[in-house]
Amino acid sequence: MRERVAIAGLGYTAFTSVSPGSSYRELTYEAAVKAYQEAGIEPKDVDSFVCTSEDMLEGYSISDEYCNDQLGAVLKPAQTIPGDFLHSLAVGVMHILTEKFDIVVVQALSKASNMKTIPDLLNFAFDPVLNRPLDVTAYAVAGLEMNRFLVEGRATREQCAAVVVKNKGNALRNPLAGYGAAITVDHVLDSEPVAEPVRMLDIAPYADGAVVMVLCSEKLAPSLTDKPVWINGIGWASDSPTIESRDWSDAVAVRLAGDMAYRMAGIACPSKEIDLAEVNDEISFKELQHLEALRLFEPGQAGKATEDGKTSLDGTLPVNVSGGGLGVGHLFECSGAQKVLELVLQLRGEAGSRQVPGAGVGLAQAWRGIPTTSAAVAILSA
Amino acid sequence: MELEKFELGATPLKDSAIKEGKVLTVAKKPNLKYAWDNGPAIGRYLAELKEGRIIARKCNKCRRIMIPPRMFCELCWRPTDEWVYVEDTGTVNTFSICYVNWDASRIKKGEKPHLPAVIEIDGASPGMGILHVLGEVEPEKIKIGMKVRAVWKKPEEREGSITDILYFKPVRG
Ligand SMILES: [Zn+2]
Repeated sequence: MRERVAIAGLGYTAFTSVSPGSSYRELTYEAAVKAYQEAGIEPKDVDSFVCTSEDMLEGYSISDEYCNDQLGAVLKPAQTIPGDFLHSLAVGVMHILTEKFDIVVVQALSKASNMKTIPDLLNFAFDPVLNRPLDVTAYAVAGLEMNRFLVEGRATREQCAAVVVKNKGNALRNPLAGYGAAITVDHVLDSEPVAEPVRMLDIAPYADGAVVMVLCSEKLAPSLTDKPVWINGIGWASDSPTIESRDWSDAVAVRLAGDMAYRMAGIACPSKEIDLAEVNDEISFKELQHLEALRLFEPGQAGKATEDGKTSLDGTLPVNVSGGGLGVGHLFECSGAQKVLELVLQLRGEAGSRQVPGAGVGLAQAWRGIPTTSAAVAILSA
Repeated sequence: MELEKFELGATPLKDSAIKEGKVLTVAKKPNLKYAWDNGPAIGRYLAELKEGRIIARKCNKCRRIMIPPRMFCELCWRPTDEWVYVEDTGTVNTFSICYVNWDASRIKKGEKPHLPAVIEIDGASPGMGILHVLGEVEPEKIKIGMKVRAVWKKPEEREGSITDILYFKPVRG
């Protein structure tokens, strides 16, 4: 059997709409200190560091150069992935599977509150020659996609709103979450239109925070932790960037990333074998689309399942019990880290009032957000 | 021949070709703005600059007095321990004489070159310095190891920025 990689140390900050008391350095430092303390290690014990950072989000060119001090990675092997934390996690897993590295640290950070022109920044992700001159908001991509999803009968508008109600409600039980609220479907449907059918409350609001995890080899795990969480499978995939010819109703990259992770984890029937899932819900309908892409529900069934409470905390497949992006906040490249963090807490039985009873196998899925088509998936077990 | 702009590599499309519409182009100015939270270390550092003082942080393990200040020692991996005021004098560790501006445009005829230097600050640990510029000195007179002193903006003009120090000038005599 293939050797597994363990998560042996977990460190994180709260996720908040602003974080004026800390620079990005102190945020990551706080998470790193906690992670190293849990695993009983010091930076000198770490064989490699993998950070997650994107220049345009940080406002620095070559922002990877600014990652090292606050992780204790100075004068050590370190590298940075411009993607989601789950992409960095995949790199960390690969390092350990080479058997050349025993302990690897993976980090991600969001300082969304420091980005003063996020809509402009998202617009800047459009193709500069073909799309940008049209002066259309990047949220239009979410509107175009959601419209197609609804018109094809994959879900109703109300079912999409039910995702928001569920996730913001779950966040009320998560002390780390910044956007918990007790709202109704009507609140969502009556909120300001943004890019119809997407309305204001369908969109995950931005948040700051940092997550650091210590990974280690299966051999070393017992010496670092008595509550390892195992990474059984990990996968990632990207579709074409071409707006003009992408699939507008299915998240194909999520399906491919999920299948890759399932293969590695030896999962044949995801809907029976996964106990809980933290999936990307940056826009309400994406949770439904992603659940179907991950084969956790048949096409067109995730919306009804949500309405029926199957994805609620006490349902058959709890989804985004942390609150997800809608309830915790959208963390840009740190989004996937918050999902893995929630799974680790759940699989260790440390999730407090939102604990899923008997959580044994969890799935975390990330999407790089509008207007991208890149995704990554990890399968974890206790 | 004097270059209008410092360029390395092959000959790119000329600005004039774009301006005169000789090639097909699209143009859109990015609007990317950031407001970085400084945190306690750099926040205090800037606030002290506004008062005309330079402040550092000390790590009681490695004994380093570090500027710019930081809340944790990146080598010892522990929180730093105390604030320490350091001098506004120091020693030139290294310098460069720049005949191009920050955007690589060439300085105009008769203009003085830019004189960036790393200055090891008196009172901070050896090797601990700040990047600034030199002034009131002829470029050919600058030497590594030269003693320099900060020339500050007037108190009412300071705004809590590294530019509250106008430049460092040689200490004479
Ligand atoms: Zn130290």
